[in-house]
Amino acid sequence: MHVPDGFLDAPTSIATGAVAVVAVGVALRGARRELDDKTAPLAGLVAAFVFATQMLNFPVGAGTSGHLMGGALAAVLVGPWTGVLCVSVVLIVQSLLFADGGITALGTNILLMAVTTVVVGWVVSRVLLKVLPKRVGLVAPAAAIGAFVSVPAAALVFTALYAVGGTADISLTTLATAMLGWHTLIGLGEGVITFLAVGAILSVRPDLVYAARGVITERDLVIKPKESVA
Amino acid sequence: MPAHLKVLALVGFMLVVVATPREWFAAYAFFLGVLVTVGAVGRVRPGWVLKRMVVETPFVVFAVLMPFIAHGPRIEVLGLSLSESGLLSAWGLLAKGTLGVIAGLMLAATTTPQELVHGLERLRLPQQLVQIMAFMVRYLEVVTDEMRRMAVARASRGFVARNPLHWPVLARSVGALFIRSFERGERVHLAMVSRGYTGRMPR
Repeated sequence: MHVPDGFLDAPTSIATGAVAVVAVGVALRGARRELDDKTAPLAGLVAAFVFATQMLNFPVGAGTSGHLMGGALAAVLVGPWTGVLCVSVVLIVQSLLFADGGITALGTNILLMAVTTVVVGWVVSRVLLKVLPKRVGLVAPAAAIGAFVSVPAAALVFTALYAVGGTADISLTTLATAMLGWHTLIGLGEGVITFLAVGAILSVRPDLVYAARGVITERDLVIKPKESVA
Repeated sequence: MPAHLKVLALVGFMLVVVATPREWFAAYAFFLGVLVTVGAVGRVRPGWVLKRMVVETPFVVFAVLMPFIAHGPRIEVLGLSLSESGLLSAWGLLAKGTLGVIAGLMLAATTTPQELVHGLERLRLPQQLVQIMAFMVRYLEVVTDEMRRMAVARASRGFVARNPLHWPVLARSVGALFIRSFERGERVHLAMVSRGYTGRMPR
């Protein structure tokens, strides 16, 4: 679902490119705080993970299938700054090595899929976790709702960009309804899969889930006498 | 030709294409000619390019729908009532999108990932970003291979993903893949630190 070349006019593409450059620059500084000198190898591996996940097809039924966008998932797993960085790198590599997403639309794609989905997914799940009682069991649902909201949010930003620099002559309300309707469905899938994946990771390595920090409490190792086990 | 010049050429070329009004049909023939020449000089096989053009499919569908949903004066084509401006938009989207995909594939066909990373470094992309990209490119094959092994393991246990009821299984694979990737990242980092890494790559 990458935006190709020529979908938005040149001025809009350049403007979104500038916004994307600033966003990635800010994310670079933030990620150094999240990961310090581990940034390059870890963010690189997580980027490879996001890329691989996008290749995994989830069957929807009737022979069709979809895949995860992974923006909100990355935000919840490794934190918002690293998330923006990883998804941006994935988009750059996809554009340059796989021609997936136009090179002039790279800024647009980064703005939509790296910045919007990661930031919206992160903010929504963060707010939910702040409001809800602090329990590990609620991290995955919060991530799921974040992921669900992030997809139509990106579609909305796309519609806004289209209103400014669209090249085709369709009525905006038609486009907005179609984009929102369709992406709400996609968002549902994204939410469910994010829920399941985050839940799976939480049950194995809760310490790796960035959003769960502050929720998981230190548990002391207790050696129980044999009688109490039996 | 050095990779950074190729990237610059690609960006410049596509900016020109995107900025060209869609009524200038001759210009698009010229652009296609440029790409065909580049492909011939770079000895890119046409079959390779065609196979990889499938990434464009969703937008071809969108472009085909355009004449039906756009408004404005309508014309009759083969008994169908189509929007004139919609037809023009569809042509513009298809032409620019297709040129973009072909141009991108020309770069991909003639440049190895390593050359590309070096090229971007020469274009003064931030060190950190280049390093992340280098690591991603280096471990992409390893991580996708890991995923493929999991797919083989699932299949050998008789698993076929057919409907959303099978999502939990696939999502757990995603979870396992994340843990494996993250832990690999930690191991790689420790191995680098033990060899004297301090956050910068040696020149």
